[in-house]
Amino acid sequence: MYGGGYIFDEPNKRQLKEEQLHDDPVKLAEFEARIARGEKIEPGDWMPSEYRRQLIRLIEQHAHSEIIGALPEGTWITRAPGFKRKLALIAKVQDEIGHGQLLYNAAETLGKSREAMINDLLSGKSKYSNVFNYPAETWADVTVIGFLIDAAAIVNQVANAKGSYGPYCRALERICYEESFHLKQGHDAFIELATGTPAQKQMLQDALNRWWQPIMHFFGPPDKTSVHSEKLMQWKVKMASNDDMRNQFLDQYVPKIRELGMTLPDPELKKDETTGKWRFSDPDWDLFKKVINGGGPCNAERLQVRQWAEEHGRWVRKALMNPGAVKTAPVA
Amino acid sequence: MDQPQYSLDPRVNRLRLLESGEPVEVQEGENWNSFEVFHQEKRGAHHEHVGCVHAPNAQLALVFAKEQFARRKKCVNLWVVRSADILAFNAEDEDMFANNAEKTYRDASGFKVMEKINQFKKSTHDKK
Repeated sequence: MYGGGYIFDEPNKRQLKEEQLHDDPVKLAEFEARIARGEKIEPGDWMPSEYRRQLIRLIEQHAHSEIIGALPEGTWITRAPGFKRKLALIAKVQDEIGHGQLLYNAAETLGKSREAMINDLLSGKSKYSNVFNYPAETWADVTVIGFLIDAAAIVNQVANAKGSYGPYCRALERICYEESFHLKQGHDAFIELATGTPAQKQMLQDALNRWWQPIMHFFGPPDKTSVHSEKLMQWKVKMASNDDMRNQFLDQYVPKIRELGMTLPDPELKKDETTGKWRFSDPDWDLFKKVINGGGPCNAERLQVRQWAEEHGRWVRKALMNPGAVKTAPVA
Repeated sequence: MDQPQYSLDPRVNRLRLLESGEPVEVQEGENWNSFEVFHQEKRGAHHEHVGCVHAPNAQLALVFAKEQFARRKKCVNLWVVRSADILAFNAEDEDMFANNAEKTYRDASGFKVMEKINQFKKSTHDKK
């Protein structure tokens, strides 16, 4: 699972930075030609400092999203309805944590240590996908997350897997393969509630109503308001625009929701058959910004759970520490 | 939206997590070192590089590698090696691997035999 066609950045950092202006123009031209030819960039290659910075931030936020994203679902393992659902949920949560590890490794090849990334997560400096700042109130929330949030994440990850940075693409290839199980088990649990008793249907409808706005937020602000970075597209860091990914998601999944007799809480939601684009009422982007900046219902709790794990696992890590080992970064 | 007084997560309430909040700083190196992982899909196949794990030593790296890379697809064996022990060429020296057209004598395709055989067969046939 992963959130974020939206790459978070402070507004004042969107300007070209000093060191970026001083990238060797010959090497920059070679680098851009390599990407244009469809070749991958590997850790030892020369790369513009801005490319490195943006990739670290993107992959790091992706890694944090996997780890934090396991929390709202993880809490339902003890309360999953039945043995089969419990086993599937344990397997899925384990996968998500594994994805986090793969992604931390990929980000580390760019020169930022895993410890530094975890510190930036705990201090709030580094972000993760906004959707995980909302609570999973009932089992139906878990099915909506497992089906629709994972589906949205797959749209995003399949696009990113065609990007230019080798280690990130390799991690995403494995991740996408495992996500296909997440999506299927989520869809299966979703169908079970949608075709179940009136109480089950109502529980699912309530969860859908709660999650629809966060899902519409998932791919980030509309292209017309977000600062469009042609460079990131040219460098194949960002592979598709927020609006395009959102439209692809709606196109694939709204019919799958409606065919089960469920409704979505947006009277404007409708496909324009002439343009092929979905129309919808504008989600509350002020709320989106407020939640990113710490004002969501679960921001504090998510970080505190992560911090608790860090504090209480420390003695184990220290006890296992190999004093002879010198710190190195993954090679690929 | 206000922060709820209690969490929907029973563990969070049990641990009274929302009442603590001393900042934690992870020290450099606390997450151990990295090991590259090589996966063998079946007996007789090559071990292939699949990624890496963080571990305090090689034995635990194997345990973590099994969890991370052998959960699903078939696996009969794993290798781990400290990332620092891998020696590689500089990526910028890629051009030294380039093959030029003059080295066709190294390739099977550089030897055209059929043409001569056919010519020979044709000439012996014509003599008869």
